[in-house]
Amino acid sequence: MEITLTHFLLISAVLFSLGVFAVITRRNAIMVLMGIELILNSANINFLAFSRYGGMNIEGQMAAIFVIILAAAEAAVALAIVLNIYKRFNTVNVDEISILKD
Amino acid sequence: MNLYEIIFYAFAVVTVGSACVVVFSKNIIYSAFALLFTFFGVAGLYVLLNADFLAVTQLLIYVGGILVLLLFGVMLTSNVVSINVKSGSLHILAAVIAVALLAGSLSGIIVMTDWFVTKSTGEITLQTTSKEIGTALISTHVLPFEIASVILLVAVVGAAMMARRERSKTNV
Repeated sequence: MEITLTHFLLISAVLFSLGVFAVITRRNAIMVLMGIELILNSANINFLAFSRYGGMNIEGQMAAIFVIILAAAEAAVALAIVLNIYKRFNTVNVDEISILKD
Repeated sequence: MNLYEIIFYAFAVVTVGSACVVVFSKNIIYSAFALLFTFFGVAGLYVLLNADFLAVTQLLIYVGGILVLLLFGVMLTSNVVSINVKSGSLHILAAVIAVALLAGSLSGIIVMTDWFVTKSTGEITLQTTSKEIGTALISTHVLPFEIASVILLVAVVGAAMMARRERSKTNV
């Protein structure tokens, strides 16, 4: 059986679902960030798969490069925010940090 | 079953299996280290998708940068005493149902859609893409390139400022 576009899209869908599961179930903020990284990776696989099998070799790769750049920036800022939250609340549980609600 | 398919399935198993470990492991340290193998597997898939430059970029930025940042975050924020309690989960049943629906519908859509494919899918065309990417970055994609550089600068300044202000406050 030949490897087609569908194979790559299925792997990407599995990665996306696992990332969404991590984001909505885990309490630790760092685990939520890991789920977001999984989602971004699955989006990148989709970009590259469509760009290879769709005949536009370079356009999808450019989009994937910018996704990687934004992921790096997002990880740096999010980790700084998480560290600040930990210093202030002494926890990184995302469901305990709710003082804006009170 | 030729070599391409064997390599593809190997990388697919590595990627999906270690992603499952990331999501379902109770210990957050195990999750962080399994994420390393997920990134390696995704980089292998990039190579199979004819994107050599992006595979190396993935290794450099994700494994060398983002994963180290995440590990720093894990080490700096997890209490050693209560590490198993803190990384617990919530709403398991509802989440399983929702994610299963999502994955099922996505897979159904992907399998049933008749995708537009130009090349004959079996052929393996290996060519370096770094020259084309470099040309595109300074010709057709120069505006997103500049905006990305400004975004990176803002992120670096913002992250450094957020991390430093709190430390000086606690020191004084």
